[in-house]
Amino acid sequence: MTTPLLEMKGICKRFPGVIALDDVSLEVRAGEIVALVGENGAGKSTLMKILGGIYQPDAGEIRWGGQPVSIHSVNDSMRLGIGFIHQELNLFSNLDVAANVFIGREPRVGGILNLIDRRKIEAETAMLLRRLGVDVSPRTPLGDLSIAHRQMVEITKALSLDTRLLIMDEPTSSLTLTETNRLLEVVRELRASGVSVIYISHRLGEVTEVADRVVVLRDGANAGTLEREEMNHDRIVQLMVGRDLQHVHTPKTDSVKPDYFAVENLRTRRYPHKPVSFKVGKGEVLGVAGLVGAGRTEVAQAIFGVEPAMGGGVSLDGETLKINSPRDAIKQGVCLIPEDRRGLGLVMEWTIRENVTLATLDRYARAGLVDFAAENRAAIEMSSKLRVKAPSVAAKVSQLSGGNQQKVVLAKWLLQKLNVVIFDEPTRGIDIGAKSEIYELINQLTADGAAVIVISSDLEEILRISDRVAVMHEGNLTGVLRRAEASEEAIMRLAVGHSRS
Amino acid sequence: MKKELGIFILLVVLCAITAIKEPRFLAPENLQNTTRLIGAYGLLGLGLGAVIITGGIDLSVGSALALLGVLLSMAITEWHMPGFAAVLLIVAVAMSLGWLHGFLVSRVRIQPFIVTLCGLLFYRGLARFIADDETKGFGDAAGLERLQSLATGNALGVPMPFVLFIVVSALMWVLIHRSIYGRYLFAVGNNEDAARYSGINAKLIVASAYIICAALTGIAAVIFAFYTNSVSPSSHGSFFELYGIAAAVLGGCSLRGGEGSVLGILLGTALLQVLQNLVNLLGIPSSLNFAVMGAVILIGVLADQLLKRKKVKG
Repeated sequence: MTTPLLEMKGICKRFPGVIALDDVSLEVRAGEIVALVGENGAGKSTLMKILGGIYQPDAGEIRWGGQPVSIHSVNDSMRLGIGFIHQELNLFSNLDVAANVFIGREPRVGGILNLIDRRKIEAETAMLLRRLGVDVSPRTPLGDLSIAHRQMVEITKALSLDTRLLIMDEPTSSLTLTETNRLLEVVRELRASGVSVIYISHRLGEVTEVADRVVVLRDGANAGTLEREEMNHDRIVQLMVGRDLQHVHTPKTDSVKPDYFAVENLRTRRYPHKPVSFKVGKGEVLGVAGLVGAGRTEVAQAIFGVEPAMGGGVSLDGETLKINSPRDAIKQGVCLIPEDRRGLGLVMEWTIRENVTLATLDRYARAGLVDFAAENRAAIEMSSKLRVKAPSVAAKVSQLSGGNQQKVVLAKWLLQKLNVVIFDEPTRGIDIGAKSEIYELINQLTADGAAVIVISSDLEEILRISDRVAVMHEGNLTGVLRRAEASEEAIMRLAVGHSRS
Repeated sequence: MKKELGIFILLVVLCAITAIKEPRFLAPENLQNTTRLIGAYGLLGLGLGAVIITGGIDLSVGSALALLGVLLSMAITEWHMPGFAAVLLIVAVAMSLGWLHGFLVSRVRIQPFIVTLCGLLFYRGLARFIADDETKGFGDAAGLERLQSLATGNALGVPMPFVLFIVVSALMWVLIHRSIYGRYLFAVGNNEDAARYSGINAKLIVASAYIICAALTGIAAVIFAFYTNSVSPSSHGSFFELYGIAAAVLGGCSLRGGEGSVLGILLGTALLQVLQNLVNLLGIPSSLNFAVMGAVILIGVLADQLLKRKKVKG
């Protein structure tokens, strides 16, 4: 057997108070796709930061093509041919594609004028884009591209750097199913051309589909490696959590009030000519599937009053709700847990306490003045009820993990009586443990009689928690499936625009 | 709290040095005059602080002082309004200007810098036009003693503007640091979208900050007009918004919004006025006045940055 491209052996890394990595090994052969999985905090990012030259290992050895190497900086890593595609893309939306690909190392012409050789960078970018099969002009402003295409630009950039090992961190977390499939194809093409890939993802479906090998980390140590033929979803999960996860969903009887929350002919600003109608029963979870851009978030925002609807309306228990702002919605027990936690759900620089009580502050106030003791009590009660992991409610939410941040957003709403709860991508970027806790909370909400709407691009999630599944395509509601009828295939047919026959 | 303590120590040290080098600093007349100015400028700082906490700015304060001063003089001497009614008129006009700023910023979504820059130019021009570019005074209008005493009088030896400033500061402290409104103000300044998604009427909160700022500008306009006793429309109040902004920034307000404290603004205002007084007393050429202020603010902000970095590291 040939020498592996990358060997990491016995890597240890300690931080004050924690052992982040304990004797971890990882091997990647040339032209191999290795999936690296593990819960948040399992040590994936620390290991990758060592490869990226951001951290130095306390012990262990790194070999590159058989030769021992030490990676002291990002430049060292780049020189070896290691490229990163981060979850948050590092691109300039005000520049065009070619400029992004060659940023910081533009070829020059014009001697003393020192001009950027646009012709050269455009030609090279066009060639690389063709190689990836991406139909985008090098002159397109990046801001005009979808997230999926921007990611392709990142990959183009990595290829232009002669990358031999590409590390992709949750590359599909913002992609639709079609886009994901396209990305996986590109990953396979990279492999065919001899580039190795370390693929980090929480989505095990993709992992089993694309990886040649899965390396599982748990609590900073190797938990196991599965070869292609031994890979399956349950075995990976078992290695990740070290135990079997029980499935949370308990099948329920039909809702007593199937028409509890009704949306009638709602027209959003984005799709003003496509009225949407659906109903959610009391105690029911309606999953909303569809591709990104299908108008799901727009419907949620119209219901919640962020972007008031152009027409149509919503009713609760037969009574029409007047909602022109989030304020109106909240007063009537309708709330939204937005997709963008950091931008829309939380004041990141604030403490847990201030965030938890922000929506219900008037309850902890007298004559307009905040009663700090009452506020503190409420925040402590909620954060312990939701098991938010933090030193105290005086901790800043910016220091919490994604899962705990999402719990704080939820805590904000759970302080009041809720009739309708809309979740927009509730578990994106959240590890498996925190995911099941959020599913439990959704179950609790329905048990308390709320109507719950869950928008998700994760079909596994949709199928797991929904009582019924509504599917949208380009602003239209193409169908509603009962639990028994819902399958990935059935949902995808509707999501790409086939209506129910 | 640490930041406020830092400014407080700086203020005490500065006072001590000045007092040692020049005992006249502690003379009752000097202390009275300095605190009188602290009071008048402080009102501007408090208003600007509220706006800055929302992430906005108000550059029109100085020009508004001139416009309102001219109007006050004309209301009393030319339209023969009773003094008290004239004051009410001024505050009402000021608040409607503030409402306009708030409307343009929160509803029309024009950047605060631009809205109030236009105000800065517009109000100055308007003041000069309606005053025919002539200095306006209060002549021999009778019955103004009580109003004038608001600017030039004392209560138990403490200048009235300072008393007023302390009272307004106390009210603003409760409003900003203890009330729901204050929490919302910080929320909007920190993350307007998250505030909106939490059911806060963000537009109203933003607009209200401009109205508060304008109302305090209106009160300060009356004090400044009676303090100088004549309003020259081309120079009255010039740069005064910068004193207010400087005091707020020195006191810990972040121009990015979401940060600031009433105590900080109070101390920041005092520090700036003591600096001015120091320049006068110690015989430093008064042409250096602005340079000294600029340098001190820069040093203050630099020190704050260094402390922050140290905190992050340590």
